[in-house]
Amino acid sequence: MAENREYVLQMEHISKKYADNQVLKDVSLCIRPGEIHALMGENGAGKSTLMNILFGMPVIHTTGGFEGTIQVDGETVNIDTPLKAMELGIGMVHQEFMLIPGFTVTENIKIGREISHPNLVSRLVGPSMETLDLDAMARDARKALETIGLKIGENAYVRGLPVGYMQFIEIAREIDKRGIRLLVFDEPTAVLTESEADRLLEAMRTIASQGIAIVFITHRLDEVMAVANSLTVLRDGEFVARREVAETSAVEIAELMIGRRVEKLVEAEGEDTRSLSDSDIAVSLRNYYVDMPGEQVKGVDLDIRRGEIFGIGGLAGQGKLGIPNGIMGLYDTAGEVKIAGKTLDLSKLGEALRSKVAFVSEDRRGVGLLLEESIEQNIVFSALEVNNDFTKKIGWMRLYDGKKARAHAQEMVEKLDIRCTGIHQHAGRLSGGNQQKVCLARALTLNPEILFVSEPTRGIDIGAKKLVLEYLTKLNREQGMTVIVVSSELVELRSICDRIAIVSDGKVSGILSPDASDAEFGLAMSGSRKRGKKNG
Amino acid sequence: MDKNKNLHKLTAWIFEQKVVLIFVFLSIGALIASKQSMAFVAGELFTRVARNSFLVLSLIIPVLAGLGLNFGIVVGAMAAQIALFLTTFWGLSGIGGFLVTVALATPLAVFFGFLVGSLFNKIKGAEMIGGLVLGYFADGLYQLLFLFIFGGVIPFRNPDGSPSSLMTPTGVGVKNTLDLTPTVKYALDTVSMLSIVEIAFYIVIAATVLSAVFRLVKKQAVDWKKTGLTILGAAVVYALTFIPAIETFLAADRLMLLRAVEIAVLVTVLWQAGRFVWFALVKKAEFDKKRCLAVILAAGILYALTYVDAIYRVLIAVRLPVMTYLCIGALCLFNQALMRTRLGQNMRTVGQSRVVANAAGIDVDRTRIIAMIFSTVLASWGQLIYLQNIGTLATYGAHTQVGQFAIASLLVGGASVQKATNKQAILGVVLFHTLFIVAPLAGKELFGNAMIGEYFRVFISYGVIAMALAMHAWKKKAPKASLQVVEGGTSPSPKASA
Repeated sequence: MAENREYVLQMEHISKKYADNQVLKDVSLCIRPGEIHALMGENGAGKSTLMNILFGMPVIHTTGGFEGTIQVDGETVNIDTPLKAMELGIGMVHQEFMLIPGFTVTENIKIGREISHPNLVSRLVGPSMETLDLDAMARDARKALETIGLKIGENAYVRGLPVGYMQFIEIAREIDKRGIRLLVFDEPTAVLTESEADRLLEAMRTIASQGIAIVFITHRLDEVMAVANSLTVLRDGEFVARREVAETSAVEIAELMIGRRVEKLVEAEGEDTRSLSDSDIAVSLRNYYVDMPGEQVKGVDLDIRRGEIFGIGGLAGQGKLGIPNGIMGLYDTAGEVKIAGKTLDLSKLGEALRSKVAFVSEDRRGVGLLLEESIEQNIVFSALEVNNDFTKKIGWMRLYDGKKARAHAQEMVEKLDIRCTGIHQHAGRLSGGNQQKVCLARALTLNPEILFVSEPTRGIDIGAKKLVLEYLTKLNREQGMTVIVVSSELVELRSICDRIAIVSDGKVSGILSPDASDAEFGLAMSGSRKRGKKNG
Repeated sequence: MDKNKNLHKLTAWIFEQKVVLIFVFLSIGALIASKQSMAFVAGELFTRVARNSFLVLSLIIPVLAGLGLNFGIVVGAMAAQIALFLTTFWGLSGIGGFLVTVALATPLAVFFGFLVGSLFNKIKGAEMIGGLVLGYFADGLYQLLFLFIFGGVIPFRNPDGSPSSLMTPTGVGVKNTLDLTPTVKYALDTVSMLSIVEIAFYIVIAATVLSAVFRLVKKQAVDWKKTGLTILGAAVVYALTFIPAIETFLAADRLMLLRAVEIAVLVTVLWQAGRFVWFALVKKAEFDKKRCLAVILAAGILYALTYVDAIYRVLIAVRLPVMTYLCIGALCLFNQALMRTRLGQNMRTVGQSRVVANAAGIDVDRTRIIAMIFSTVLASWGQLIYLQNIGTLATYGAHTQVGQFAIASLLVGGASVQKATNKQAILGVVLFHTLFIVAPLAGKELFGNAMIGEYFRVFISYGVIAMALAMHAWKKKAPKASLQVVEGGTSPSPKASA
């Protein structure tokens, strides 16, 4: 076992299933003391599941545990609670700040681990009544803050501090824990400014130099190249490679992350008779901002040609979902949006629908469907609302034309092969794939000229995936509909799109052809400044 | 610039304190309109403050632990009334009977508090409405107990076999009103100051000795000098009570407000002077001398004010029940001290963010249950203090309004669903009950009908609860919007493509 001593943490042959869904397959992760190890992969590659396993999160153990072994300092351990992980000296710097604004820096650093001394009452009823030793707590906090080089008063309230400092307080908290051996940074630079990020990387080096190993979860290649010693790449829950940073290049890492997946989900059917022209623009965005929480768009310029299938890709949280949601008026927007040459008044909800733009939301169960209503209602209600379809006029009243609606719903069910007990079944009872088809049917009922489809294949099985994508292609080819697919799954974008815009940090970092190399996609997705090309 | 800033600060302060300010103006207005003498109003007010403060203070812990305004204290009040009924039946009287009642109510309240806490853990986020409805539900069970089980299942008979005088003539069910005059009425209020000093003496001795014994058992160093000094000090104070003049003074159970003010002024001046000598002259530590002087000055002015005739007349008219006020003071101290303990800090953490608390390894559910147990027990004690002062127990009505009144008081004092302090609780009780006293009288003076003033008061006090809950909901939504702005403002776009 002597060789194992070399690593502070060894996770070997880790596999994990949620119900029938295999999220991790035979993954290994080895980290030496005092090294910064980058854990890389696209969204859904299994990074968070791996970390949840490492921390013994309840979500793992209530769903049947996992397979594989974890060794800390060469000894096999069984981490079944977060507390156990803490005791083993494994700490986490969270992506969302686990800080309490109304507490001081000291109180936040010492949360749950307050220093206290006994008093008469505590001697009688137990340690929970011990008096806090605020001075000792402040001393410890001071020390931890100095270790990472943050110059703020330990008695300041967190509420008033700049966002950039909060990450440091999180780190100080982990550093303050006795016997910390391994620290996980979960996308720590995502919310930081560049100078703050640089300082954070500096702090990471300082921490690592004290012999604490760091797992650095990120997708920013520049940062990995700058600070990491080694890295592990995951893809689709599988272990792809472990590399020393000194022996690799950003291009190779990008390729490893994206992977060479040749399978085409959709075979192009028939002749492509479309004629796309740069002068015939269906959707034009200029200096376009959307204030969608977690998916902010920060100044996008984009032209989408009439009749093309346009893909918008990128990692989660980078802003790709904000683009269609903003156009539909679901979030506050700024900038100019032109649909077929006409400027859209984004302050009015429903304006896009009236301009023959339809949208299939990524939030199927939240925004997309009326779960407690029938399939029929779900299919017709947008058209009913917007175009007054499926109504008949009797005198001055407009009444619902049930017969027409039923006929239409029936037709859509057959056309899209929605597997259901009938058009009166509640949409909430359908499987994910069939729900998606209902959403699609509703959007199509509006007879749109432009169709935005957001995450069309999220959470649906491979068969349904294929059908949905094929249908989108068919709509495009046969009806000349402009289809804009927003998806985190690069494979599906590459299999049906004519062009793919990659969004990173709220901006378009490149527009690539589906045949562009994996490296190009990888670099664009990690927002690397060197290679990102505009209108490629 | 500076002036503007101050103005801005002032408006912000006014906005924050709007509820308190509204009630201050209302109270003053109603007071003037009611044409009552200050002595009368002050007398009434101090009685009511003594009666109600404990209950209101029992609400603070759940607020800090993030459970919101605890409408569940009704259940605590029920525990108190069950205990009180039993001790009344047994004929226990005086302070002894009161203490037995407390001892009986406490385990009941602990049990009820545990149940309420467990329920609240299942309905996180809806504790307040849950507590309100739970109060009604518990009232049903309470009625079942008092109307049927007492007498119907458990017999309550006199030794000679006839139904107890507490029961309805049929022997099943408890009477509507129980007279506490022969048993525990004023049991706590009438504890003489002499007994209080005596009790305090024994407590200090016991605590000091116990502490030393603990240290000896645990083989830790004992600070004998400190222990000796504490015991000596306590003995000296106790010995002083044997001086006849002091003994006569302390033999009373009520303290004239004038004397209370004099004592408070004296203690403050001595305390500040002592601090000054200790920190500035002996220890040479950093010390805020200006503040010290200001406090002494304020105490002096307060003392001078007692010579103003109008104030003097109020001060000699009002007599405070000493023990009750000491209990209230002790609860304030307890609330303070609890927040300085590990448990208190955990409660505050849970109150601020359950997610963070959980990530920090704090057992959120357990902490919340403990907070509820504390609150329920304190509420049951508060209800006993209330009832011993009132002197009658309205068997089926005494508890019903407890939650609403206590919560309205707390909110009137400027507390919110997430933040409450002792000061706010006391201030709230004072304002709420001032209005309670003068509103009907003002209504009578102004409109010739006391009910109009009463309607107005009821309208206002429930309006305050509604407003506080609505503002809580708005505040919950507001941070989201502001957060977006912050994110948008601070995340630059360094990774923009060239």
